[in-house]
Amino acid sequence: MRTDKCIPDIATALREAGVRDGMTLSFHHHLRDGDFVVNRVLDALETLGVEGMRIALSSVFPVHEPLIRHIKSGLVRSLDTDYVSGPVAKAISSGILAQPVMFRSHGGRPRAIGEGSLHIDIACVAAPCVDGLGNINGSGGPSACGSLGYILPDAAHAGRVIAITDFVSKEPLRSISIPHSSVDYIVKVDTIGDPAGIVSGSINLTRDPVAHAIARNAQAVIRASGLLRDGFNYQTGAGGASLAASQYLREDMRRMGLHGGFLLGGITRYMVDMLEEKLFDAIFDVQCFDLHSVRSIAENAAHHEISADSYANPGRKSCYVDFLDVVLLGASEVDVNFNVNVHTDSNGMLIGGSGGHNDAAAGANMTIIVAPLVRARLPIVVERCTTITTPGASVDVLVTERGIAINPARAELAARLKEARLPLYSIEELRAMALNITGTPKKLALSDQVVGLVEYRNGTIIDSIYAIRDS
Amino acid sequence: MSGIKTAIAGTLESNDIMITVSPSRQEGKNTIAVESIVMRQFGPAIIAAIEDSLTQFEVGFVHIDARDRGALECTIKARMEAALLRYKELPS
Repeated sequence: MRTDKCIPDIATALREAGVRDGMTLSFHHHLRDGDFVVNRVLDALETLGVEGMRIALSSVFPVHEPLIRHIKSGLVRSLDTDYVSGPVAKAISSGILAQPVMFRSHGGRPRAIGEGSLHIDIACVAAPCVDGLGNINGSGGPSACGSLGYILPDAAHAGRVIAITDFVSKEPLRSISIPHSSVDYIVKVDTIGDPAGIVSGSINLTRDPVAHAIARNAQAVIRASGLLRDGFNYQTGAGGASLAASQYLREDMRRMGLHGGFLLGGITRYMVDMLEEKLFDAIFDVQCFDLHSVRSIAENAAHHEISADSYANPGRKSCYVDFLDVVLLGASEVDVNFNVNVHTDSNGMLIGGSGGHNDAAAGANMTIIVAPLVRARLPIVVERCTTITTPGASVDVLVTERGIAINPARAELAARLKEARLPLYSIEELRAMALNITGTPKKLALSDQVVGLVEYRNGTIIDSIYAIRDS
Repeated sequence: MSGIKTAIAGTLESNDIMITVSPSRQEGKNTIAVESIVMRQFGPAIIAAIEDSLTQFEVGFVHIDARDRGALECTIKARMEAALLRYKELPS
């Protein structure tokens, strides 16, 4: 009979879980740039003297810089992730890993976990609130982060699950994200994260006039598309133009007396405000970006936590992204075939990853890419993307501040937008317009060392990422 | 840096360039140092724009320190013009 899952420290829990050389350990990124858990587990692994580990961390943030040291020492052999930023991204681009990083999407990751191609030996849950049985949620405790959507598939499939927490509730939890029946061990530490890095206090609306010009065009596209009607389901990122466009959408919905279905994805206060205003019935939340959304998911019954699996796994009977009418997504490059890059910049440097980009694009009825025509003298529309994150077949419209291009495969949509007298151009025309402003950039030569593989959500490898050549 | 005649125009914001003009480091010629986030794509074009401005606004032999954050050519020329005219107005 099992009575107490509490283990005094992380190293002991790892040993109890049977940690060995070459195992796969998984982690999630809900504590974002305030996360202490990944670094603490890596330190514990170091004291245990294991090596050759695969780290499956849903997103890598600047705070995870110590990974570089552990890669150099041989403790970490490979990475499996959906998004990388900060010093680790730079190090990967410089070719620090002998094995290419496996880049997945937020929906591809649970697909791989469920089908067994990403087998997890030990899942390490950054658990803001745990009860004595081992039930976990993200809403309580000093490091509350709201939704725990990205680690739910790991907790369900991993060989062993360790909950690392800084808050053990005396009362049994009322709202449960991960049930005790999935949790092997509980380790109480002094703190699992820095609240200032976990969520933004507030994400402010941009005042950048270019972002607002893009947002106005995006608003006009949504209005003219015919998709804006009762039951409208919507997702957007937290980028400046996307948030501004959401504010304009909100004004349109009020004016038209429309009532939407659901808001999806990573959630900010602007989504919460629309829910509270009853413009939408529900929020389905895989990740909270700010304090407002953390509070809302704890208090508002219409604000639901969902797992990455039901969010975007293409192997399921359905996933939430399939029901989207419109998604607004960003881009570092869009090519003349409407392929989109959010993995690398135009220097080939790793700057991110799909996250839910290619999932939402595939699912939504209309996928709108919002981007400035020119960013720091580099044209956004290119001949061919440095890296393909999202295939052009799932992209419908590119909206820039100077004009809108529609995927030629969407004739009906093109007719609607034309009728609304929107500033439509072919994507080649937008490219020519950009080049006319910037001059023609010199083509870059990348090295032939592969540092990353881009797995599309369905498991197909669609591109490779190459090391940056010193010059 | 007291005592050395310098003039500055521009900022380190994205899409801008910061130009600092000071006396030339080599007698009898202009010297130019460029640092840019788009060096690999536009390095020669940035230097050409700076040289154009130096020809257009005669201020004697100077050193140009350019820190570029992806400025368009028109921006580079505007910042050069402002920096050179400011430099010209300084007491020798």
